[in-house]
Amino acid sequence: MEINTEISPELMFTESSIGKQNRYIENGVKIFFLIMTCLMILPLLLIVGYLIYKAFPVLSFEFLFTNPKDNMRAGGVWAPFLGTIYLVVVSLMVAAPIGVFAAVYLNEYARENWFTRIVNLAVVNLAGVPSIVHALFGVGAFVLFAGLGESILAASLTLAIMTLPVIIASTKEALNAVPMSFREACWNLGATRWQTIRRIVLPNSISGILTGVILQVSRAAGETAPIMFTGAVFYKAIAEGNVFAYNITDQCMALSLHLYTISTQVPDVSDVIPYGTAIVLVGSVLFVNAAAICVRVYLRTRKKW
Amino acid sequence: MNNYCIETEKLSLWYGDFQALIDVSVKIREGEITSLIGPSGCGKTTLLRCFNRVNERYGNVTTKGEIQILGKNIYDPDVSLLELRKTVGMVFQRPNPLPISVYDNILFGIRIHSQFRSLTRSQSDEIVEEALTSVFLWDDLKDKLKTKATSLQLEQQQKLCIARLLPLKPKVILMDEPCSALDAKGTQAVEELMSILEGSYTFLIVTHNMAQARRVSKECIYMFLGELIEHKDTQTLFESPEHEKTADYVQMRYG
Repeated sequence: MEINTEISPELMFTESSIGKQNRYIENGVKIFFLIMTCLMILPLLLIVGYLIYKAFPVLSFEFLFTNPKDNMRAGGVWAPFLGTIYLVVVSLMVAAPIGVFAAVYLNEYARENWFTRIVNLAVVNLAGVPSIVHALFGVGAFVLFAGLGESILAASLTLAIMTLPVIIASTKEALNAVPMSFREACWNLGATRWQTIRRIVLPNSISGILTGVILQVSRAAGETAPIMFTGAVFYKAIAEGNVFAYNITDQCMALSLHLYTISTQVPDVSDVIPYGTAIVLVGSVLFVNAAAICVRVYLRTRKKW
Repeated sequence: MNNYCIETEKLSLWYGDFQALIDVSVKIREGEITSLIGPSGCGKTTLLRCFNRVNERYGNVTTKGEIQILGKNIYDPDVSLLELRKTVGMVFQRPNPLPISVYDNILFGIRIHSQFRSLTRSQSDEIVEEALTSVFLWDDLKDKLKTKATSLQLEQQQKLCIARLLPLKPKVILMDEPCSALDAKGTQAVEELMSILEGSYTFLIVTHNMAQARRVSKECIYMFLGELIEHKDTQTLFESPEHEKTADYVQMRYG
């Protein structure tokens, strides 16, 4: 194409045909991305909206705080709700410290060599192992070999093994986001690695680390496979309203498994109960995630660079 | 002023298989400013980082030869790296104040080297005032001690990074292109500061700015591809360099 060098001043800034074409493409692409974003949000809204609509008649505090009754055709979700809380809390109490401190070691202390490369590879691959495989491992290692039997402890440890690699990966990422120059400054003042970590690296990565850990709550709460052979049961009545109703050597009910059984294994369950159970599961996960966002926002206002 | 502060003897350094320093033997005078010049990748920064052994934190580094600082071989087994880094401070190319308050920045070094909570409030205040005064920041920052150091102007940040070293009573201050992120006014301020502090500390400054090397340093070292080519007093090195490579570089014929 020829470039016209003699343009009259009035026409100098008018749109050329190429410019017009670029403008159309620009607008088209923008709208395309916007549509994709809507397509992403839409299912989420539809799912939550549909769940609330279907479960509406049963939603009450009573539903949350009473055990299932009449072969699970009536009553609430207290036993599975509390069971899920136990499983999630115990598994995170195990996975979070191990995962975070391992990530600190890998990111701050370990040098790049064959050992750390293997560890990093293992972490990535473990994160991709299907949860049913973790379940089999949990049965073998915790239920049978360690002799824990089918119990909250065995199920929680299985969930912990499952969440561990993701916690390590997200913690490493958070630590990596702290600029290297801060570490250099500390080292050159004669700080040990631990002083550097304690005073500079952790305070500046704690929000990212916490977010990564809390996001694993929803994963641990939602999984069915790892717990169904290691500690979760079909039915177990517990004291209503008592948060210490389970012992960690007991078996327990869990929301995810409960939802599965009442939707597929028990005949003649009225629709509202499975939908109510789903709402409790989704609601608690959303609640925890919302809490995570609040913590993150709070910590970020204190973030120091 | 005739004592040597840093002496190296046939110092070689490898990053993995790559040899970054080749038999560098140098003597640096105590209480003076010495500049290190040379094209990028010639080993200036590497040499600088040898003097507080911080190179070793970057992994896969092999060193051979000897480095003496104030008469002590820093590779002796009884040398504590943490004490060494206290005595030999470093200032970086980009100001890197820690993401904490001005006050805590100044005290960071001394706090990590003393018993937990052993500094009293009045001692701390005194240390901060003294350090900031010696870099001429006290008047600007005395009302801003609680602000985050990362929100200061770059020039103030860099001066703060120098001030941060002083409470540790360093003997040597290594500077890795301390002015390359600063504007002309900031550069001038840092240079003036160096010449005022000269005498109390031994300065070693890496710079790409030859005018700066001429302005601030008594002695100048020219390095090329890991080797020390020439070490003379600055004026002689710039006006009548002995080696052709030095002449090419200082007269900008390099390239």
